[in-house]
Amino acid sequence: MTDILLIALAMSLLYMSIANRLYTYLRILVFQGFLLFGTTFLTLTEINTVNLLLILLETVVFKAVAVPWFLSYIIKRNGITRVAEPYLPYFVSLIIVTVIIVATIILASSIQEVNLDKTFFVVALSTLFTGLYLIVSRKKIISHVIGYLVIENGVFILSLAVGNEMPMMVNLGIMLDIFASVLILGIFFNKIGDIIKDPDVNLLSNLKD
Amino acid sequence: MVVAGFLIGTLIICVGLFLNRNTLVNYLLLAAYLVLLWFLGIHEYLNLNMVELKFFKPDSLGILMLMAMCVVSVPAFYHGYRYIATHEETPRSRGIFFAAMVLLISACGMAYISNHIAVTWIFVEITTLSASALIYHHRNIRALEGVWKYVFICAISITFIYVGILFLGLSLEQAGVNDMSFDSLYANIDKMNPFWLKLAFLFIFTGFTAKLGLVPMYTAGIDAKDTAPAPAGALFASVLMNLGFVGIFRIYALITHTPLKHWANTIIIIAAILSVFVATVYMARIKNIKRTFAYSGVEHMGLVMLGLASGGIGVYAAILHVVLHTFVKPGLFFQYNQIYRVYKSNSIYDVGNYFKYNKAGAIVVLLGFISATGMPPSGLFVSEFLIFQSLFEAHNIALLFVVLILLTMIIYGFGSNMFKLLFTPPITINEKNIPKISPWESLSQYLLLAMAVYLAYCPPTLFVSLINDAANLIH
Repeated sequence: MTDILLIALAMSLLYMSIANRLYTYLRILVFQGFLLFGTTFLTLTEINTVNLLLILLETVVFKAVAVPWFLSYIIKRNGITRVAEPYLPYFVSLIIVTVIIVATIILASSIQEVNLDKTFFVVALSTLFTGLYLIVSRKKIISHVIGYLVIENGVFILSLAVGNEMPMMVNLGIMLDIFASVLILGIFFNKIGDIIKDPDVNLLSNLKD
Repeated sequence: MVVAGFLIGTLIICVGLFLNRNTLVNYLLLAAYLVLLWFLGIHEYLNLNMVELKFFKPDSLGILMLMAMCVVSVPAFYHGYRYIATHEETPRSRGIFFAAMVLLISACGMAYISNHIAVTWIFVEITTLSASALIYHHRNIRALEGVWKYVFICAISITFIYVGILFLGLSLEQAGVNDMSFDSLYANIDKMNPFWLKLAFLFIFTGFTAKLGLVPMYTAGIDAKDTAPAPAGALFASVLMNLGFVGIFRIYALITHTPLKHWANTIIIIAAILSVFVATVYMARIKNIKRTFAYSGVEHMGLVMLGLASGGIGVYAAILHVVLHTFVKPGLFFQYNQIYRVYKSNSIYDVGNYFKYNKAGAIVVLLGFISATGMPPSGLFVSEFLIFQSLFEAHNIALLFVVLILLTMIIYGFGSNMFKLLFTPPITINEKNIPKISPWESLSQYLLLAMAVYLAYCPPTLFVSLINDAANLIH
């Protein structure tokens, strides 16, 4: 069952590579948030109420509801044009994301390790790299934030792959990370929106040598 | 107990600074914080290697960095106060500025002495938060651009460190332990899985380069030091870089106990030499005074990493270099505000003849330049010389040759800017508008530079034994 969820997540990455409207990206983020909740719920063997609440907060409340809502609020408030504006054609993006997934599969199959669930590893790494790819291939600053969130999702899956052994504190840590980074990314993004409408990375290129 | 007290005290003082609008109360709170910080420093030194609050254990390296930070924070607050006084700040922006500074210093201090890699990680995250408040201090489009880039790159680098910690956990799983404190990592290093350890090192190293100011993530730090007010820039160039050093040092020390040591050395040397190269390229053409200082930091951290990777005397030299750099670079950054008050510009084209307008400050710039380029009698000369010696002993002659050529070019680039500032008359300047600057404002810079010379040429035995003890962590 977790395999199905994870494969659905990998497919959402492919969809992300060809999506051209910002709201589509947000919907994919919501979808990924729910997938992550399902995966976590099924993976964790010993689950207690506090843990469950924490995971629910982290995935559903935070990743699937709060953050996409906040981003859509920003899109509306700043009147951002709703197209992602990639540097490369969508077809090329699709090819690149496919190559990323295939490469991680090859990489994972070359690892001899009994402790590791390969599906988790493949999906985590390909999500991580797809996030990085989204950041470098899109012009809009808001799509950079979305790329960052995709990276965070990848890291979340990776922590599940290792997860059962990890101390609670690290779990809290990643929450702090997501909370802090999204909050400041969002707040400063709002500030950028106050000064430049429809911000594009090219407008933030005064600091150079 | 003291650590907990310090954390609570920091929180109370931060909230106090943030809420308070009265100038006198503000400075009293800062004085109280400095007392608290020094108390922590001395207490931790007296309790060397004692575990506190489960996650904190001040070892020699942590103590060295903590003490250096205690010394630098006093002038940092003084110049912060001068900065606020000369810029007609509102009480609100002043409160945020000092609260962020207090938070940054405390988070760095806690990260130095933390004995658990995840705890270090959390405090690194807090430094990003507080640093972004400092960078955004001016609230204009440049500050916004600086803070955006800083936050974005740091967020990604923090994620990298987290991924590294996960891999470290996987590696440790094979040993059947799940306590990730550094003590337990050292104890189980033989049983750890080398493949995951390798990946963990790569990710953690890359992540910490954002704080240390090394290739590949150095860009964030440069923009941060450029756009933040100079007293904050001084902290970024010293205590925050040291935090990156501590992070990399600890994970590298771990790796040196395994057969992966040579592989890790190669990675570090590549990153280090690229950093020195990047610094050279920019120093040769840069026209912004603050960014010149910032790139000089990239060069020094490159040298430190070369020393670390060469081993032998190089490890000692690397730690010495980091400590001395902590005193030298803030001296230059603190001086920058006086330069700005004279010329109202940070571009090298608008400045000149500084000796005429501010003698005491000009001598600081000259001495700072000599110190930062590692010419004798500067303190950094000693540590740089030892680093070169270690490169020579490690039979990295070709590398040494390349580094020496690059350093010569850096001295040329740095020197042509600094001498333009000091001696060449400016093209247009209205001498009536130049404020009188008290020479006493330069006192702390002289003291810091002198301290670097003193520690390098006649180091107290205590200091040497602390460095040796820290260097012994490397196998």
